Amino acid sequence: MSKNLVVRFAGEGGQGVVGGAELMASAAAQGGYHVLTFSTYPSQIKGGPAWGQARISSEPVLTPGDYLDVLVAQNRYAYDHNVEELREGGIVVYNSEEFEIEDAGRALGLPADKMAREAGNPLASTIILIGAVAKMAGVDLAAIEDFITKRWTRGRAGDAAIVEGNIAALRMGAVEAEKSGLMLEALEAAPTHAETRILIRGFEAACLGAMAAGLESFIGYPISPATTMLTFMEANLAGEGTFVGQASSEIESIASLVGAGFSGKRVMTSTAGPGLSLMGEGLGLAWMAEIPLVVADVQRGGPATGLPTKTEQSDLISAINPGHGDMSVPVIAPGDPEEAFFAAAKAVNWSERYQGPVILLTEASIAERAQDIVMPDPSTVSRETRVVSTGAVGNLRYDGDTISPFPVPGGPGAYVANGSAHDGQGDTTHLPEVHVKMTERRFAKLKVLNDGTFEAENSGAEIAVMPWGGSKGAGRAAWNELHAEGVNIGWYYTMYVNPLPEALLAELRTKKLVLVPELNYLGQFSGILRQQGVNARSITQYTGLPFKVTDLKSEIRDRMESK
Amino acid sequence: MSKRNPVYDFKWCPGCGDFGVKVAIEQALAKRSVERSEPIEKTAVVAGIGCSGNLVHMQEGPQPFGLHGIHGRALPIAYGLKSNRPDMNVIVVSGDGDFLSIGAEHIGPQARRNLDITAVVMDNGIYGLTKGQASPTTELEVVTSTTRYGKLDDKMHPLEVYLGLGVGYIVSEMSSRVKQLGEAIKEAMDYPGFSIVHVQSPCTTYNDTYALLKGDEKKGIEPLAKPISEDHDPSDFMAAMAIAKGRSVPIGLLYKRAGESVPAHERLAQAKERTKPRESSVQQLLASMTI
Repeated sequence: MSKNLVVRFAGEGGQGVVGGAELMASAAAQGGYHVLTFSTYPSQIKGGPAWGQARISSEPVLTPGDYLDVLVAQNRYAYDHNVEELREGGIVVYNSEEFEIEDAGRALGLPADKMAREAGNPLASTIILIGAVAKMAGVDLAAIEDFITKRWTRGRAGDAAIVEGNIAALRMGAVEAEKSGLMLEALEAAPTHAETRILIRGFEAACLGAMAAGLESFIGYPISPATTMLTFMEANLAGEGTFVGQASSEIESIASLVGAGFSGKRVMTSTAGPGLSLMGEGLGLAWMAEIPLVVADVQRGGPATGLPTKTEQSDLISAINPGHGDMSVPVIAPGDPEEAFFAAAKAVNWSERYQGPVILLTEASIAERAQDIVMPDPSTVSRETRVVSTGAVGNLRYDGDTISPFPVPGGPGAYVANGSAHDGQGDTTHLPEVHVKMTERRFAKLKVLNDGTFEAENSGAEIAVMPWGGSKGAGRAAWNELHAEGVNIGWYYTMYVNPLPEALLAELRTKKLVLVPELNYLGQFSGILRQQGVNARSITQYTGLPFKVTDLKSEIRDRMESK
Repeated sequence: MSKRNPVYDFKWCPGCGDFGVKVAIEQALAKRSVERSEPIEKTAVVAGIGCSGNLVHMQEGPQPFGLHGIHGRALPIAYGLKSNRPDMNVIVVSGDGDFLSIGAEHIGPQARRNLDITAVVMDNGIYGLTKGQASPTTELEVVTSTTRYGKLDDKMHPLEVYLGLGVGYIVSEMSSRVKQLGEAIKEAMDYPGFSIVHVQSPCTTYNDTYALLKGDEKKGIEPLAKPISEDHDPSDFMAAMAIAKGRSVPIGLLYKRAGESVPAHERLAQAKERTKPRESSVQQLLASMTI
């Protein structure tokens, strides 16, 4: 029996390859399996090479899977460019209306579109393919039929016909697979679960986490791959006193967010690299004028327009220092959708607590990933509120050497929130001694962000691996395997990348070597760690795709040997 | 500011037009406060960068809230503030460089939203704070430190721009007419929607246009600034555009869009009332994803 089934649907944008993988994952999750999806597609509405991948497992999963059990290829290009990732013994299911595979060993040609048309259900070609794949992998078809019934029973007149048509399509695919005789090692039965599980995508988790912490306002500008957060908020952030708006640019976004944070509300925006660059000056204003706000940066490939729909971890330096001048913006970088929920909540709370900007640093592969997780309990999320002025200190909003009460417009303590160097009441001054005092005040405020946690395992080892953000999954999978093979290597991880937890830094400084897998050329995080006295070295990749566990594992081994 | 800091208070040059605008705003706010029994803390002044923006630190008497942000972004800051706090009275103070050059992209969006704020633009036709560079409203052929051959770019005509961008309420005034300017600002604040009070506010150091604006009867110089004729119908867009295109600087209410003005926050409230959107708690949204 196999523990995993990795299926990739490859074709052109608009052919439903991403949707196919998500549908397959949803059906499997419904059947009790653990699932994780990954997709990659070009930045256009239709056309261009695209693929979606679903990993289905009887065990919890950390990555989309290195190699494919089944490749569903819609055209010749998709076959040619993905077949090398098919594992030995894997099966190709291809669109035989489009092309033929000459030396088809383990391959099944299916004219799925034609079959769907002939069955009078032209939209069901993806379901035919899913039926074929499920049969080959020995997945219980009844569970998928159950999923189809639930999915398309929506209280509408045509529901029954659609359900019936889709179940017929599923069976058509299964029949063809059976006739072909092509079989995979059967997938283990799905596990049973005691806790309530949900299937959630990273961007949804981030939005809901922020909402659980009491988010009141969201203003954003469309940009891949961060638009989903803006549209989710437009659809779901509602209720008394809430506001969601579309700005005319990222410059307007961040400026309006400063106004919104100044107004007393808990506020957030989402953007990606190019937008983060445009927000630099506005983030500096929030830092300088001490305005609470959260910017979610969903990283993509950069610089400039770069790779708008691919994944990369190359905005870390920009996130910490998004603008000119002396500042160090707090950054929380979740490693998976579940963490994204709690990271977003913490980002809102941190912004309120220290009265300044916080970056929630995610990336395309997390934002778009669908994964089954135990349903988070929003009632356990704290809601911190900035210390509000009662008027006791008059208008001395910036008085003292650390956090001071925030006057809310309309209430007592009218002052000038100022982006110029200023005195206690917010009036501009260029006096050296005042600038020294205020600069130190702004950095001192960071000290209250001291509740960052971290993971540490086998911490006695002198060499450790410590990925960040979306490389957590592959890093952890590689570490799990190495550890199981008896390699003496430590594991560290935190989503609190700035400021780093003091206790974590203290441990890391004792290590001979800390290996940092990260998706950028420069090795941004290891550089930051070295600045803080840790002997860290990066394992980099900059393909626009996540790490494969096998590559990472062998690279870690090599580095350990050549240390 | 409520407490003077004589050591480093920002200073305008003697005779700067912005003094008149400052007093006019103080008068407008005082009058509004009395008329509406509204505490001054219900007003926030969002300032741009430039001589004009420093007005926010110069205000005397009862203190409103202030936000002195970054160059060109006073309007979007006001958008975020007003959208989240429709109960606040929000005014923007800006200059021709801040509002019409670096910040010009923000005028159209607020006009289309009909954001209920008032922008007071102090136009001196020059970058004063950085000591005399050409601005969009500097006259053609004028030599400045950035226009060695005389200004080659055409002059921008802000009133035409505002009309073209769909601003619903437009006043053109002069800083020396303090009382009338105060009245005009107060009325613009009363207008439920996006209003601009564009003020000729001369720079006595780099572009002193007082004489030009006021003219000189003895020398036979016609004043450039002329009151808008009493028979002008401010709701007549084409008539307003014709005045904006004229040679002189019009003084008075140039344009007030016909019909009821429904500001941004009212549009949203009405849309919510009309559509009664589904509202789910975080708990419900999570539960909807249950496997």
